[in-house]
Amino acid sequence: MADEQKPEGSQVPPPAGGEAAKPAPPKPAAAPAPPKPPAVMAATPWDSDLAREIKERFGDRVGETSTYLGQNFIVAKPDAAVSLLEYLKLEADFDYLVDITAVDWPKRPERFDVVYVVYSFARNERVRIKTYIPEGFKLETAVGVHLTANWLEREVFDMFGIEFEGHPDLRRILMPEEWQGYPLRKDYGILQQDDRWVRENLGIESGQ
Amino acid sequence: MPDATFLDSTELVLNMGPQHPSTHGVLRVILKLDGEKVLGTDCVIGYLHRGVEKIAENRTYAQFNPYVDRMDYVAAISNGLGYCLAVEKLLNVEAPPRAQVVRVILTELNRIASHLLWLGTHALDIGAITPVFYCLREREEALKIFEKYCGARLTTHAFRIGGLLYETYEGFEREVRDFCKMFVPKVDEYEELLTNNRIWKARLIGVGILSAEECKEYGVTGPVLRAAGVKWDLRKAQPYSGYEKYDFEIPTRANGDTYDRYVVRMQEMRQAVRIMEQAVEAIPEGPIMGKVGKVIKPPVGEAYVSIEAPKGELGYYVVSDGSTQPYRCRVRPPSFVNLQALDRMIRGGLVADVVAVIGTLDIVLGEIDR
Repeated sequence: MADEQKPEGSQVPPPAGGEAAKPAPPKPAAAPAPPKPPAVMAATPWDSDLAREIKERFGDRVGETSTYLGQNFIVAKPDAAVSLLEYLKLEADFDYLVDITAVDWPKRPERFDVVYVVYSFARNERVRIKTYIPEGFKLETAVGVHLTANWLEREVFDMFGIEFEGHPDLRRILMPEEWQGYPLRKDYGILQQDDRWVRENLGIESGQ
Repeated sequence: MPDATFLDSTELVLNMGPQHPSTHGVLRVILKLDGEKVLGTDCVIGYLHRGVEKIAENRTYAQFNPYVDRMDYVAAISNGLGYCLAVEKLLNVEAPPRAQVVRVILTELNRIASHLLWLGTHALDIGAITPVFYCLREREEALKIFEKYCGARLTTHAFRIGGLLYETYEGFEREVRDFCKMFVPKVDEYEELLTNNRIWKARLIGVGILSAEECKEYGVTGPVLRAAGVKWDLRKAQPYSGYEKYDFEIPTRANGDTYDRYVVRMQEMRQAVRIMEQAVEAIPEGPIMGKVGKVIKPPVGEAYVSIEAPKGELGYYVVSDGSTQPYRCRVRPPSFVNLQALDRMIRGGLVADVVAVIGTLDIVLGEIDR
């Protein structure tokens, strides 16, 4: 996934083997440096009946089905996320939508991860559905599948500015309604505020 | 035709809060009423929003640890446990056995403290003045143990990533045992005041019903779900911190009304004592800190870890980019999700029941707004 986020990634020197022809300057101390940890998540394929069924059913609308630290996740195409939720709910007993959240990767073309966590009481199993969307993309709402999604999607909208098509009541939920900006985006500074809102509503220059 | 009154209709929009004693914080509920009947509600939240998730991205893993105490501040230890477990998962380490047992004792003690505050304030909302004094009296004993253990009573910062910072103090076991012995008769005392009290029953039975199906639809967890008859508790379903070693039960009820939620929480306090009694006899010797470096730097990856907090499922979704700061730390607060069901619970009820239903949800606004 988002390996390009790693600032060190581009600065890693090419492997020493490639420079064998050139008489390298004597720097043997640098050679036995500990191997860099991989800059991508070391997830392994998730092999299960459910994963196979989903692959069969959705074809190329789902990407990898993987496991990391014993936790399973499915990467779905943006237009497949809600149908996947529905499929999981109706045919695999994943009847409890635990959470919806997002992660911002500003340098990636698909800027946001939107993550759904679902749980099945019957199977005692938890699965994450991840989908990558570019800025401005409108995801389908999950309110029709799980009522919980209402407030959870409102929070994602409030914090990241991700809109959900067909949401019954897409308003800000934690921030004031007229607030400008989406606080959990990476380009929103930690001390940043909506100066105009603060001035007009609190009568002060700064909330800090 | 009768004269029109100065009110054009029989419907009235009433604003409750944000400064209202029975909203347990700064919650604003807009009620649409027809006489005494509630036609609908809208919750306005966010008054306590401090941007906890944003702060996490600008602190190191260890620096962020004390902030989580300030979300559900009446169950700070549970918050801290969830966060530590999430980061430990990312690091792929486990706290040593001794630390795990001490964690369980303190977390269960915190569950009792949290439920006591709920019981006292809930009873006060309904109109019973006495229980709050009783509850705060016993809660004080629990807070004293926290204070002796880590120096703080409320926002304790009791646990560290990888285990514990503090060894138990001299006499810790004795005081926990004394608390357990003292506390069970006190629960009987509260129950004598309330459980068969006619007024208490009249105010709670049949009020704010949420069925098991509705709970799942709304993602409601914790005692509210169990009062609707679903025997589900993360300590049993997906044990963490060695909960599988203790013998305890998951109390459930069938009707899913306010009275059942009261009964479930009372039973849970008794079960918490049971867990503490077993844990305090089985504190192993050994280190209290796992193999965690001075600089916490989890490999690139992500994990969702959740625990059974006093209010329900408390989850942390932490994304690491391999640096010393969380790339993203999402908190899945039980109160936030549970509060969404308020409208379903109160619609068609009476305005006086709004207070009972807010109380029975056991919300903490610090956690809802984060």
